[in-house]
Amino acid sequence: MRPARFVFSCAREVLRGGRLYWSWMGALGLVILWGGLAYVDQLGTGLERTGMSDQVPWGVYIANFGFLDGIAASAALLMIAAYVFGRQYARKVAMLGSGIAVAASVACGLFVFVDLGRPERAWHLVPMLGSLNWPVSMLAWDVLALNGYLVVHLTISIYVIYTLWRGKRPSSRVFYPGIFVAIFWAIAIQCIIAFLFSANVGRGYWHTALLGPRFLAASFAAGSALMILAFRWIDRLTSFEVDPQLIRYLGLITAVTMQINLFLLGNELFVSFYHPTSHSAAMHYLFLGHEGLHGLVPWIYTSLALQAASCVILMIHPLRSSIGFLTVACVMAVVGIWIDKGMGLITPGFVPTPLGEYLEYTPTWTEVRVSLAVWAAGLLVFTILAKASIPIESGKLRDPGAPAPEPEASAPTVTA
Amino acid sequence: MSDDGKRRLPVIGDEPQTGRRTFMNAFATAAGAVAAGVATAGCDTPEIADLFRQHYRRLTDEDKRELIARLEALSLQEHGVRAHISDPPPVPGVEFAYALDLSTCTGCRQCEYACAAENNTPRDPEMHYIRVLELERGSFDLEEAEHDYEGTVPREGKMYMPVSCMQCADPPCVSACPVDATWQEADGIVVIDYDWCIGCRYCQAACPYQARHFNFSEPNLRPSDINPDQGLLSNRVRPRGVMEKCHFCLHRTRRGLLPACQEACPVGARKFGNLNDPTSEVRFILETQQVYVLKEELGTLPRFFYYFG
Repeated sequence: MRPARFVFSCAREVLRGGRLYWSWMGALGLVILWGGLAYVDQLGTGLERTGMSDQVPWGVYIANFGFLDGIAASAALLMIAAYVFGRQYARKVAMLGSGIAVAASVACGLFVFVDLGRPERAWHLVPMLGSLNWPVSMLAWDVLALNGYLVVHLTISIYVIYTLWRGKRPSSRVFYPGIFVAIFWAIAIQCIIAFLFSANVGRGYWHTALLGPRFLAASFAAGSALMILAFRWIDRLTSFEVDPQLIRYLGLITAVTMQINLFLLGNELFVSFYHPTSHSAAMHYLFLGHEGLHGLVPWIYTSLALQAASCVILMIHPLRSSIGFLTVACVMAVVGIWIDKGMGLITPGFVPTPLGEYLEYTPTWTEVRVSLAVWAAGLLVFTILAKASIPIESGKLRDPGAPAPEPEASAPTVTA
Repeated sequence: MSDDGKRRLPVIGDEPQTGRRTFMNAFATAAGAVAAGVATAGCDTPEIADLFRQHYRRLTDEDKRELIARLEALSLQEHGVRAHISDPPPVPGVEFAYALDLSTCTGCRQCEYACAAENNTPRDPEMHYIRVLELERGSFDLEEAEHDYEGTVPREGKMYMPVSCMQCADPPCVSACPVDATWQEADGIVVIDYDWCIGCRYCQAACPYQARHFNFSEPNLRPSDINPDQGLLSNRVRPRGVMEKCHFCLHRTRRGLLPACQEACPVGARKFGNLNDPTSEVRFILETQQVYVLKEELGTLPRFFYYFG
């Protein structure tokens, strides 16, 4: 039973680790438990436990969903470098990229799930069994797109890792089509989530054709910045070596997408403020407040400052080449875009309401705890996937009966 | 879109029995049997049965009778109210519409309160299907509308505009729903299956009229607040975690009664009727007055018309 042996040897790898590994896993477990208890409370009492209202019916759950959707899509950046441009440094981490895609998609699904008023009816979304309103509802599209993306990445990574474990080379005829499906699917999940918002004719703030491009630019900036941080961490904490060329490549991607992102934001600002109409009311509230309501103003300026500073650092070559500056710029990019996606994109879509009512939204502790738990669950999934796949990819873990690995340049991964 | 609505008219019992439906029915029957078994052990039957309940439009007459009996029993058990739940289908050939005379509306909110009393809307916090906006005379800028005006009305220099569900002919909320839990009936009324809605609130984001409302908490109704004359798709007491909205009082209007809001209006500003009846008042108003709809530019084709009579 080879597949069973594979699962067993992966599981043994996941359950083996030093003090640092177990502290990390323990911390994630505690956060999941702490936030899980908040979710149980929300389940028992209802969504009144959150700061959401009829006026602002979506909050941090959907904001995080939007952000993580972009992180999931960013895995395509590695796939493109590795398999479209054939860069060896990217091939080596492509499966880790798939791990990020899987973990982020799982977290996305969880964020939608915790946002449901009737989670026990989630089966209504299952095609055939329930009544998925596809192709009319953009949310139905999104359900299919995200789950499909998850399946594509799981399939590719399990196939590649399993084949490597058996001491064989993954057949390019099998996984190349998968890779290209994954790349296009990544763009699709970004477009679909942007359309999910921009489809709402009654919400002037979202009803703009720029939403899709802004989503893509911001997500690729945040995604590549987050990958730089993650790979630097993996490089430092594990025996896995990350090629400095990969960090340079991702740094360049962050620099370019960050500039596009800010340029698109500038376009929105011009249209909204040169001659303000009722369509710019949300933008006005976001940046200037409205009659004493300034809840989002500090957030958006913090976000803008972080994004602008990050962009400047990334644009100056000597600074971007310095690992210290690059790390700082990446942290600023991730935080800045996270705020922009959440407080900057979701909430203003609802303020003012289509009837001109202004009601501010502040997340409650329940929402904060549940959100942290979902993030921790995503990190846990990624840690488990990375822990099992790294030794296999670096050739340390093999099926006992496998032939000796053959060094081959065209293999999807290169043993260090 | 209205063609589409007609095509999807829930004519009871004449849907073909596909394999899946038969399977699901068998599934539901089995679940019901399990639930019945558990009931003798003292568990809460309705909740278990509801877990496997099918979409309203897949229910047979028999399923509906059972569901209604269960809901009536639940009402008695939870609120001590002997509710009578009906499920009147759309009347063939009828398309409802509403007309509202802004020059007579005084902003007294009687319609809003009558609506709440009729429709068992949650009381704590209060939910209202009708929102009366106070506008400056001569301005239709909703951004400047006053939602929480108080004191004696009408106030000098103001006009009042009640807003509720527009029962659009091309409703964005229906397109938005990922599980088809809300749809337009043949008489134009957009309804919600409270037992199918998953509570994602995407329809709320889609509605340009702020007409959809979500049950963030239990309805917190006192038995004395509850109107026992209820409709399966309209004013029966809603569970927590689902959407609800104005349904033109379909449990009344499909029986030939007026909606509660029109009955309550002390100045006769509200006119409800059948668009397809050439002798109806609403038809007369549409033919003789300069009517307009809210946010016409969005192409939602409201069935709720405003005019200055």
